[in-house]
Amino acid sequence: MSVRAPAAERGRRIPGEAGVWVFILGDMLVFAVLFGVLVATQADDPALYERSQNELHVGLGALNTAWLLTSSLAVALGVRAARAQDGGAAARLFLAAVGCAIAFIAFKAVEYADLLGAGHGARENDFFQYFYCATGLHLLHVAIGIGVLGAAIRLVRRPPLSSRDLGAVESCTSYWHMVDLLWIVLFALLYLLG
Amino acid sequence: MSKVLVGVWAVLIAATVASWWLGDDHGLGAGDAAVLAVLAITFVKVWLVGMHFMELRGAPRALRHVFDGYVVVVPVALAWIYLAG
Repeated sequence: MSVRAPAAERGRRIPGEAGVWVFILGDMLVFAVLFGVLVATQADDPALYERSQNELHVGLGALNTAWLLTSSLAVALGVRAARAQDGGAAARLFLAAVGCAIAFIAFKAVEYADLLGAGHGARENDFFQYFYCATGLHLLHVAIGIGVLGAAIRLVRRPPLSSRDLGAVESCTSYWHMVDLLWIVLFALLYLLG
Repeated sequence: MSKVLVGVWAVLIAATVASWWLGDDHGLGAGDAAVLAVLAITFVKVWLVGMHFMELRGAPRALRHVFDGYVVVVPVALAWIYLAG
């Protein structure tokens, strides 16, 4: 009795640990429900949604998208460097991604301060309630992601990297890409949907 | 390999600008067509991140199918909620 994978599956592998992917897919599902709630809020009162949305700075949202996309690129390149046993380059690329993440948080803080300064708090209406809930939950993921990237940096600084180390690095980077992916959808629904 | 990643990144940035432009009441004009176009562009971006940055292209088929399913089912459900509202 052979336990080999079927031919079609040969050479295919999970990027990182399987357990991490259970978490990633579960998190994507939770956010999918949140996406549905946001669109339902828009459908319920399009005028209110658009009026509230006009108070946001779409430029800040777009720039934050660019920060996260760039961080994802740095992280993807960092994994390639780690596989090539170039721990120094991998660490630098992961550090660049952390820099992008910090820029994201700084821009978000500026946006929150601006909105709250103009009197647009979470209690104003359904849109702002969900805006703060969704972006706050995502911000928590960014903060955790910085810790996760820090763990990846520590790993790649200890060469040579075993396949187990590389698997752990891939788990960290897969989590980070999910943070980017969720923001891509939140940006569209919160800033562009009205 | 890294050239592909940089190319994907450039497409993602361009798609972000395109969806911003569409969502800002240009192009297709305000209304259903613009919203559906923004949704489509958004989930193409999600798919590109999954396939290229998360490397799901080379993942076991089951995982890939779950991700592909997400990228199809979620925007269709969102479009349905939007159009039904």
